[in-house]
Amino acid sequence: MEPILQIKHLTHTYGIGTPFQRSAVEDMSFDIYPGEFAGIIGHTGSGKSTLIQHLNGLLKPTSGQILLNGKDIWAEPKKIRNVRFQVGLVFQYPEYQLFEETVYKDIAFGPANMGKTGDELDRCVREAARMVGILDDQLEKSPFELSGGQKRRVALAGVLAMEPQVLILDEPTAGLDPAGRENLMANIRDYHRNKQRTIILVSHSMDEIAQNVDRLLVLKSSHILMSGTPAEVFGRADELITAGLDVPQVTRIAMALKQRGVDIDPAVYTVEKLEQELLAARKGGAVC
Amino acid sequence: MLKDITLGQYFPGDTVAHRLDPRTKILMVLFYIIALFCAKDLITYGILALCLALCVHISKVGVRSLVRGLKPVTIIIIFTATLNLFFTPGTKILFQWGILQISDTGIHNAVFMVLRIMMLIMGTFLMTYTTSPISLTDGLERLLNWMKALHVPVHELATMMSIALRFIPTLVEETDKIMSAQKARGADFESGNLFEKAKALIPILVPLFISAFRRADELATAMECRCYHGGEGRTKLNVLKYQRRDILALVVSGAIMVGVIVLSRFGL
Repeated sequence: MEPILQIKHLTHTYGIGTPFQRSAVEDMSFDIYPGEFAGIIGHTGSGKSTLIQHLNGLLKPTSGQILLNGKDIWAEPKKIRNVRFQVGLVFQYPEYQLFEETVYKDIAFGPANMGKTGDELDRCVREAARMVGILDDQLEKSPFELSGGQKRRVALAGVLAMEPQVLILDEPTAGLDPAGRENLMANIRDYHRNKQRTIILVSHSMDEIAQNVDRLLVLKSSHILMSGTPAEVFGRADELITAGLDVPQVTRIAMALKQRGVDIDPAVYTVEKLEQELLAARKGGAVC
Repeated sequence: MLKDITLGQYFPGDTVAHRLDPRTKILMVLFYIIALFCAKDLITYGILALCLALCVHISKVGVRSLVRGLKPVTIIIIFTATLNLFFTPGTKILFQWGILQISDTGIHNAVFMVLRIMMLIMGTFLMTYTTSPISLTDGLERLLNWMKALHVPVHELATMMSIALRFIPTLVEETDKIMSAQKARGADFESGNLFEKAKALIPILVPLFISAFRRADELATAMECRCYHGGEGRTKLNVLKYQRRDILALVVSGAIMVGVIVLSRFGL
């Protein structure tokens, strides 16, 4: 399968020629495939935000290339806006970008910029609103009357309404309560399942990443530390911990059990998997 | 793009110019401005330019960063120069076309006006480059203390000023963030005519104002939680005190001002 996004030797340096010169991204290369749910994880300052702002052409690489469907996105700098419609980026705390009088108009801002009008525009807006659980009677309200969690849904819908091929979410659940967090992630999972579109989830919650993604990238101080399926990455839990990163709670429990002599695979990262492993271990006659 | 705003930025350092009392520096700039507006000829301008050069040298602020500070006022400088050059009547007319005329006094005025504006800005920028905003407002508050007797809310004004200065970088950062977010939704700030460009600013300005009001509200609450109630009975952690060097600097700069005024009034 052809990758939808190819990142080739991407480097980005801030403040070239000043005393503050600093590389935020150094020689990163990876591919994203169509329909994939990919995750990017790393500490604050590991280069996550800089990296994702390259994928839709908000930042221009100092060196290296980004290919979208096999074409360099900077081949025609004048048409960079088209890249942004195909790679939708939802920033952290997106609720602070709302500006329109009504929820409907705010969601319509992106697709209207694409040149959509009339029924087509209406369909995009209503579909996006439905996907994030915004009710029809909320569409005519002012976005500033809504609660924080609902505002965030509206902002997310504003990007979904552009129907991007790739959706990038930067910490979509930051600052939400546990119920709101789970709700929003369920909406995002539904979107992925129903639309089969590519999603890149950026987070520093290991649990959130472990529960959702097919493949993940671990960043550390401007470099890619690891990449692979969650099972592969969390199988190297020791390395993650030495690198100062967290592992999912479930993995930590499994590791602790293993240390106390329970015969299980410590690379589990979901509760269901751990349950299976424990039941298998019990059948094998191990004593907990 | 927005990060290039250097207007009145503070360059930390440890020179005599940095260590002077902020009140001294404010007064010196005041003397300098008065002298600059009294100066008439090459000699007086020369003296002031020499003083400015000396202060720049002492402060170790690069000349290039001072010149960069002139960039935002280029238009004003050009405007003043053109007006003075073409519209000053004089005894000797060198060139005339309709109502436009170039006279010897016109050239003289244009040159000295441009010099005056440039030196004015460089002088005041030298002060903001070598004085942190906090100590600057502190100095201003102490200098204007006597106005409290006239019921001028000096402390409140100084606090407002330091808060405003403190939030400039925050708002710049916020603007950058909002701009990126709207660009990600296909907002276009570059193309279109003036009206379209102005309209394209709405998606930036509305969120920016909302967040500014939110921040102001939060800050007010935080200040009240710590029992802030204005200047009455409030003491300072670092009380400003005039040193020997301050008195020396004030005497010298005062003398130069008087000298320049006398020179330009009565000639040599």
